[in-house]
Amino acid sequence: MKVWVRRVLSVCATLPLTACAGRQSALDPQGLQSDQIRHTLFIFLVVAAVVWTAVVIALGGAMMRRKRAAGQPLDLHQAFEERTGRVILALGIATTVTVLGLSFVSYAGQRTVFAKDANVLTLKIIGHQWWWEVRYEADSPHQSFVTANEIRIPTGQPVKVELESADVIHSFWVPSLTGKMDLIPGQKNELQFTAKNAGVYRGQCAEFCGLQHAHMAFAVLALPPDEFGRWREHENQSADSPADQLGKQGEALFRARGCALCHNVSGTLAGGQLGPDLTHVGSRTTIAAGTLPNTPATLGGWISDPQHVKPGNLMPKMPLQSDELIAIIHYLEQLK
Amino acid sequence: MSAVVDRDELRDDVLNGLQLSSQLERIWRTPSGLAGALMSVDHKVIGRRYIATAFVFLLLGGILAVLMRVQLAGPEKTFLSADKYNQIFTMHGSTMMFLFAVPVMEAFAVYLVPLMVGTRNIAFPRLNAFSYWMFLFGGCFLWISFLFNVGPDVGWFSYVPLSSLQFTPTKRADVWAQMITFTEVAALAVSVEIVVTVFKLRAPGMTLDRIPLFVWAMLVTSFLVMFAMPSIMVASTSLILDRLVNTRFYDPSSGGHPLLWQHLFWFFGHPEVYIIFIPGTGMVSAILATFARRPVIGYPVVILSLIGTGFLSFGLWVHHMFVTGLPQLGAGLFTASSMLIAVPSGLQIFCWLATLWDGRPVYRTPLLFVIGFLVIFVLGGLSGVMVASVPIDTQVHDTYFVVAHFHYVLIGGAVFPLIGAVYYWFPKIAGRMLSERLGRWNFWLAFIGFNVAFFPMHFLGLIGMPRRVYTYTADMDWAHLNLLSSIGAFVFALSFALLLVNVIYSLRKGALAGDNPWNASTLEWATSSPPPPQNFDRIPVVKHRDPLWADSESLPVVAGLSVERREVLLTSLAEAEPQTREASPEPSIWPLLTAIATTVFFIGSIFTPWAVLWGTPPMAVALIGWFWPSGSKEDEE
Repeated sequence: MKVWVRRVLSVCATLPLTACAGRQSALDPQGLQSDQIRHTLFIFLVVAAVVWTAVVIALGGAMMRRKRAAGQPLDLHQAFEERTGRVILALGIATTVTVLGLSFVSYAGQRTVFAKDANVLTLKIIGHQWWWEVRYEADSPHQSFVTANEIRIPTGQPVKVELESADVIHSFWVPSLTGKMDLIPGQKNELQFTAKNAGVYRGQCAEFCGLQHAHMAFAVLALPPDEFGRWREHENQSADSPADQLGKQGEALFRARGCALCHNVSGTLAGGQLGPDLTHVGSRTTIAAGTLPNTPATLGGWISDPQHVKPGNLMPKMPLQSDELIAIIHYLEQLK
Repeated sequence: MSAVVDRDELRDDVLNGLQLSSQLERIWRTPSGLAGALMSVDHKVIGRRYIATAFVFLLLGGILAVLMRVQLAGPEKTFLSADKYNQIFTMHGSTMMFLFAVPVMEAFAVYLVPLMVGTRNIAFPRLNAFSYWMFLFGGCFLWISFLFNVGPDVGWFSYVPLSSLQFTPTKRADVWAQMITFTEVAALAVSVEIVVTVFKLRAPGMTLDRIPLFVWAMLVTSFLVMFAMPSIMVASTSLILDRLVNTRFYDPSSGGHPLLWQHLFWFFGHPEVYIIFIPGTGMVSAILATFARRPVIGYPVVILSLIGTGFLSFGLWVHHMFVTGLPQLGAGLFTASSMLIAVPSGLQIFCWLATLWDGRPVYRTPLLFVIGFLVIFVLGGLSGVMVASVPIDTQVHDTYFVVAHFHYVLIGGAVFPLIGAVYYWFPKIAGRMLSERLGRWNFWLAFIGFNVAFFPMHFLGLIGMPRRVYTYTADMDWAHLNLLSSIGAFVFALSFALLLVNVIYSLRKGALAGDNPWNASTLEWATSSPPPPQNFDRIPVVKHRDPLWADSESLPVVAGLSVERREVLLTSLAEAEPQTREASPEPSIWPLLTAIATTVFFIGSIFTPWAVLWGTPPMAVALIGWFWPSGSKEDEE
């Protein structure tokens, strides 16, 4: 029995290790909260493995047990029934004790995961069908800015995200850092987490939110605190004016072709609020909520036919000449 | 029939066996022809139809599952569009939950419970017919909508506000919500019938502690249905009102709240799991006792576990809402209550293991499926303990871990016993045995296919794959496990194809079964296979928990029911002492007409609120026809 248990435990311990190398894996924690959750998960996993193995062994034992000669079905053993009754009672008590014990383990984990710190960096995240609006709000307006689909945070410091929804229910989930929390219209939820290590962590909407639910991802970039500070300083500033002629042409087309009706570029006349803020879009790693890498080619494909890339999204197809498209791409590329 | 006997006094004790049998058959049989089929109120006829229809929906839901597994077999596949995929997973979940799992359990109860308690028909036979028609029309309505591309696409849970008019302006959400009402009407009707049948129609002497465990399970299930289903009816009707007449139950901008939907939905949705699982445990107890060649050990423990599971199942709906931002202490308490349900489930499993331990098991196909059930369900139950924990749930909620978990619970806990039950009771229903050789293939394909399909999903969830995504990219490292899972799904699907082949083949060519081919102990095996229209020529008297084992020589019977009209014997609730004779309804076309009127009313009301006005007169007419006092035959003559 003990050898069995040990063998099962060792198998259980190694299996997740082989499978944990995912980009958004709960088994490869990079944050304080996700670490605690994995710890709780492993305790449960070990208990579950032991119980399941015991049941299967008991089942195998019952099946292989040398049976008495066949008799009439009601030819029963009174003593066996009494003994069995006591065993079942004992197992029932053991089950109760086990689940109560696991409840306490769970509650302890829960308190750690949902602990609150004072004076933490607070972001507001608003879910849209199918992208993420990220607002860095501060007391003074010139310290506040808005970005989309990419969240930069400092490592080693607790970060609080306030979660709201602009339309339907979404769910904010970065498994490498912590568990998920829903974004519900008419309700403000919040979630706090701390990234231990610098890195890029993928997150994804986890509550079915309509047609393009599958394409509603985002990236969390955990930066060393000084680097985060520099990024924040830079992000506060308005977009640079385009330096070259093509860029200037692109900026003009951005307004003339209606892009500016939906998209905001700080420091320019483009002030639309419907779509993602594009002030520093050139510095983002992906476009279309984590759907495609941010390259001139994908950007061009997206602008020329957004419904092809992600059917059902709100961005209409704009009739553009190819030289106009090139100018707009060039302009957006420069918005860093 | 002698003329000297007063008609009113003509009872079954004045006839000899053969005369009695043919006379009862004459008054209880379903009229022949199409009209007869539409009028039938025989629980066996309706039960067979109910089972067959539910299995057709299983087949349809299963085809959708395979389509989804084709789409997910590799990254960035374009086999299905986002729109089709969303419709398909919604239809898969809705079909399996509302048109297969609950109805099939009720269908088995409709067929078996009257036989197992030793009576001639279910209580309220016309309601039973009405229930079947409502189920059939509701299911057809959903599937025809799907084929016309207005199938629902917002998930089987239809969360608001996604299902609100603003975000689903087409009729898709209405179709879903009204299908719920159809199936709930059907489910509630059957529950009432089962409860009254068990409480009032049991054979004399079948005291509460002699009721077969399957019947106990269906009794508890029926109570769960009666308390859980109204919650979803309130939810879906409020949704239709929001969409059709602009009420604001779920609209936060006018004081409503989206979470109201989730509370109402899961207050139904969690007991729903047990509405499906508890009948499965009843099937396990029945099969296990027969094939282990001994009664289930701990009969009272099993019953108390069933009742305890039923009660607890209402206290844990919030564990579906741990990530909606509810207060943490409350969530912690729901963790504890969710985990506690492992105790009654565990006790039942210990009783079954002990039964097998002390028994002399005969390894026929039904028992194989029960063993498969134990292996799979225990694993699903344990992953259930995991998802009941708040911190773990924040990671695995709405991921493939949960998909794995509830398929282990629902397929392991309900479908494996159900397939076992098909093999076990098929001889009773069809009069022929299913092929044992095909049965073994069926079991091994199902067992291996199921585990290959669903076990990898635990890992997929833990490495970050969310549910309900129609595609994923290659760099997520989900491709290999998904491919494995899809291969398993094909093998699993193959096992059901084999079951279908076995049923079709055995209906014609199977070995004749005889009354009691398994040498089982309960009353349904005391009559011929298939049973005659009157079920039993004389109502049996029960003196033991396992009447056919204890009274194996000859079963005692009571006499005294009329042979001139349909009568059932009513007995007292606890002790099952005979109380009175009660007329049982004749075949009637009115339940069908009422169901048609109700269907017109329901479907009309998703297009215009006025259907509530013009839809009621036809229903009133149909109900008046149904309940028109016709009197007994004696009174007419």
